[in-house]
Amino acid sequence: MAGHVIEDSYSTAAIRIEDQDPEPSRPVGEFICNVATNDWVNDEYKLISLDVHEKALTAAAGQFFHLLCPSPDGAEVWMRRPMSVYRVDKQNRRVEFLYKCEGRGTKGMSTLEAGDEFNISGPLGIGFWLKPEWKNIVVLGRGVGLATLAPLSQLASDQGVGITAILSARNPDVVMSRDLFQSYNADIIEVLDTDGSSEVSNVERIIQSLIGEGKADAFFTCGSNRLLNLMKQMGKKHGIPGQVAMEQIMVCGFGACYVCVRTFEIDGDRVLKRVCREGPVFNMEEAVGW
Amino acid sequence: MVDLSVKIGDLTLQNPVTPASGAFSWEYADIIDLNRLGGLVAKTICREPRFGNPTPRMAETEAGIIQSIGLPGKGINYFLENIVPEYKKFTPPLIVSCSSEDPEEFAVLTKELSIPEVDVVECNISCPTRNTTGGNFSLNSEHTKSVVGKLREATDKPLWAKLSPNAGDLVSIALAAEEAGADAVCIANTFLSLKIRTDNFKPALGNKYGGMVSPALKPIVVRMVYQCAKEVKIPIIGIGGITKAEDVVEYMLAGASAVGIGYAGFRNPSALTSIIDDLEAWCDSRGIERVSDLIGAVDDDMEMDTLNAASAGV
Repeated sequence: MAGHVIEDSYSTAAIRIEDQDPEPSRPVGEFICNVATNDWVNDEYKLISLDVHEKALTAAAGQFFHLLCPSPDGAEVWMRRPMSVYRVDKQNRRVEFLYKCEGRGTKGMSTLEAGDEFNISGPLGIGFWLKPEWKNIVVLGRGVGLATLAPLSQLASDQGVGITAILSARNPDVVMSRDLFQSYNADIIEVLDTDGSSEVSNVERIIQSLIGEGKADAFFTCGSNRLLNLMKQMGKKHGIPGQVAMEQIMVCGFGACYVCVRTFEIDGDRVLKRVCREGPVFNMEEAVGW
Repeated sequence: MVDLSVKIGDLTLQNPVTPASGAFSWEYADIIDLNRLGGLVAKTICREPRFGNPTPRMAETEAGIIQSIGLPGKGINYFLENIVPEYKKFTPPLIVSCSSEDPEEFAVLTKELSIPEVDVVECNISCPTRNTTGGNFSLNSEHTKSVVGKLREATDKPLWAKLSPNAGDLVSIALAAEEAGADAVCIANTFLSLKIRTDNFKPALGNKYGGMVSPALKPIVVRMVYQCAKEVKIPIIGIGGITKAEDVVEYMLAGASAVGIGYAGFRNPSALTSIIDDLEAWCDSRGIERVSDLIGAVDDDMEMDTLNAASAGV
């Protein structure tokens, strides 16, 4: 037991699992959760599963929580870290996040052990949406972006929509979210740097044949600028709508501070939108790569 | 039952806890009851639409964050038509922060904001990344007096002046604002800062300079509030590094009549209302019936004789 217990005077209003929700009419809460498991899934990624207050279970696919990460090094981690939900397990009242241990926030998170307390705020932002006329969708992601796309598998399955998931990765060990897509009977195509299959031209051929088979009513992507540009361009050419989940350095999470803006293009005009409030999922045709 | 109300001139706030401008919007109603706040402080608006500064707009440091947002917004007309009605769904007074680089335009903007729905005009004359003649008027007492005087003529609303901690002699700036007709001073805006990345040798923020926000700055701003409170007669709103109810108490003891909170709402989005609860509990536990009794109540009648102090019994 790492014994990470939150007793600081800053979190006095945070909602614990056993608490009554003091503000049931409000969609967002600040929660103190308990870590159920926090295990490595490969050399770079961990999956954390949190026992949460039932209000947190309302998180939809593509929405995120703002995580108050413990310190990895004894110095303060000043800002929360936004992270999209990997899976909501309503039966066991758990929320899961799949994350790459990369910066100070995620390294701090990786130190959490079963029984530790963890302050998360959410659910925040606008997630993925499916239109009734979409019968088959194509999901294309890379790296940690696949964790963000993963809940689409459940959303599509619940609505009887077929999925083809193109999972891009450096090597076979870091193809993320494969199991989750598999469990919802998605058609899975892995493309890798190690055998060259992840090259944009090859991915383009794959998508082209999916379009030919009538399996591409909508596109979804996250985690790679070149894959976003590819899907955007193919979507435009074939009249296929799409959505992209975007990232940005974030502070408040509510739309107040305007730190997390990105540029979008709407009818030829360039506009700034807040990833936390107008996103993190956006219409692909409006997105401008980074 | 503790009386948490405080008066800022003729305006009564139900408690001294307000959000700091720029760190708050009506969208926080997604998580807290905004009707519990002492006031609602709208993000600084400018007359014309602005994109704001390039990203990244925030960087973490060892002891806080630096940020440079650049006052983005859709301009005065959009604000009056679309944003004011959002705030008017709630009951606390609406305090509208506004800014301009040009004193004449600033006066026009202040006049345009002087509508019945707006309770206070807070002039942001201290945007840290601007210069003394171009928006950061409060670096200089003459510029402060001149611009606040113009705004005073433009409005009958309570006029609060938000001052810069980057001025050399903040007391003289506060006195200049008072002399020019400000009804209160907000002390202080953020501290001008710079972070340089050692991996690529570039400034960490898109705008290069930023304003620092941190609990580490609280003792510096408490000192500023204390020094100004000794000289000016108008109320002071203390802003800087507040993360808990005791920090509110500390600012009030130093002489603040109310406080503004920014960073704490980022770290703990339910902080604003929990600090009000904790402040009430703190007063209750101390038998303090009126929170306004704390204003300027610091016991600073110190034993100044070092020899006496040093020879005191242990």
